Amino acid sequence: MNTYFRLLFTTALVAATCLFSGPASAQEHEKHEPKEVVEGINNAEHKIEHNLEESEEKFNIGQMIMHHIADSHEWEFTHGVVLPLPVILYSADRGLEVFSSANFHNEHHEYNGYHLIHGDSEVIKPVDESRVVYDFSITKNVASMLLSAVILILIFTSIGKSYQRNKGKAPKGFQSAMEVIILFIRDDVVKPNVGPKYEKYLPYLLTLFFFILVNNILGLLPGSANLTGNIAVTMTLAVLTFIVVHLNANGNYYKHLVRPTGVPLPLLIIMIPVEIVGVFMKPFSLMVRLFANMTAGHIILLSLFGLIFIFQSFAIAPVISLFALFLNFIEIMVAFIQAFIFTLLSSMYIGSAIEEHSHADHGH
Amino acid sequence: MSLLTPNPGLIFWMLVVFLLVVFILAKFAWKPIINGLKERENEIQGALDLAQKTKAEMVQLKSDNEKLIAEANAVRDRILKDAKEAADRTILESKDKAAVEAQKIIESARETIRTEQQVAVSKIRKEVATLSLEIAEKVLHRELKDKAAQEALIAELASSARLN
Repeated sequence: MNTYFRLLFTTALVAATCLFSGPASAQEHEKHEPKEVVEGINNAEHKIEHNLEESEEKFNIGQMIMHHIADSHEWEFTHGVVLPLPVILYSADRGLEVFSSANFHNEHHEYNGYHLIHGDSEVIKPVDESRVVYDFSITKNVASMLLSAVILILIFTSIGKSYQRNKGKAPKGFQSAMEVIILFIRDDVVKPNVGPKYEKYLPYLLTLFFFILVNNILGLLPGSANLTGNIAVTMTLAVLTFIVVHLNANGNYYKHLVRPTGVPLPLLIIMIPVEIVGVFMKPFSLMVRLFANMTAGHIILLSLFGLIFIFQSFAIAPVISLFALFLNFIEIMVAFIQAFIFTLLSSMYIGSAIEEHSHADHGH
Repeated sequence: MSLLTPNPGLIFWMLVVFLLVVFILAKFAWKPIINGLKERENEIQGALDLAQKTKAEMVQLKSDNEKLIAEANAVRDRILKDAKEAADRTILESKDKAAVEAQKIIESARETIRTEQQVAVSKIRKEVATLSLEIAEKVLHRELKDKAAQEALIAELASSARLN
């Protein structure tokens, strides 16, 4: 009975979250941009690109930064070295369509009835405005994510094998390097925050940590994708933590939401909405924290690099390079810190939801 | 702001890839790693416990040994003392006994000597008596015939009487 209610509640919460985000995306689909606007954006883009190539004096730093931070349908390692990625589109009338993004390299950025619009970020729009198309393309971010998944699986399955091979022996080589981090996550992050039943959540939290860490570090490489600085990615991670928390939460947690202990009755009118908002604020803060930290770091670094191109001075460039180097080190630290914080907070949320004894009234 | 609008396609791929990574790593990486770590920790704890126990046992054993040695020493001392006493006593007793025995032997020897002496004296007396008698008889017998012969005879007899 208890688990049934819990499941029902979680489903309701997830549905509510979807509803909140629903209208925004629906609006986007229904907002039919006139063809002239699309053409206008593309022309402007063309002009900017043209200017960029023609004279470096017209270098648009904002454009450059947005281009590096945003997702793309092709992977540009450096200017001119481009890996076209597969475009996967689904529409009710045409079904699944798969083609290379290189097909958009023409005068109008148009192929097979689709426009590739370069704006702040790339969007594929059907030429026929009435059609609804879902874009499941392997974008730069997805490709980077797949790469990180392969890296993670290769590293950790090999470490898992070395644990089976070196049973009862001291760890060796890379295994011992990773063991330090794994033990840190287990003993200092998960165990104290989740409580005695931590082992059930350890695989999820360890994966969360290393997934964020690897993608943060990959994102710092030149020409790589800004995956953990993408709100869709951080939102998915935050929602997964939210689901894990609310699928496993016990009765105390739900009871505490509607009847906080130690709160006088008239205050409940304020407290209950605050508690309910708090439930959604937690994943929201997780999402924004990671997204903002990583994006901000990238923007700062790219701004510094942009300064070099704006000043075009041999006196200033080395100074800026040194400063960028310093910030790059800070970004490496941030990569670790953000992965750690996301995991720590997820552990705390899980821990507070599965806590057995009900002394929750001390916490506020 | 396009930066703040999540792209549904990316969410889809993120969900698929991340969940796959979670399940693959949970099965093929975290399980052996966590189990290996736990096993090793248990082994180390067990070894430490064993060492602690062994140490306590060693201390116990040592004190036991010391006690045993002390006991053995005490027993040895006692045995040695007893043996010495016994030996002393035996020697003393033997000495006494030997003295008594010797006394007894001397006593008996004296007795024997005394009786032998008496026997010998009496025998000699008897012999002397018979010899004197015989001599007297023979002297008397010859005296009657010849004075010279008588004297020769006495000399002869006297020389022969030097026997015994």
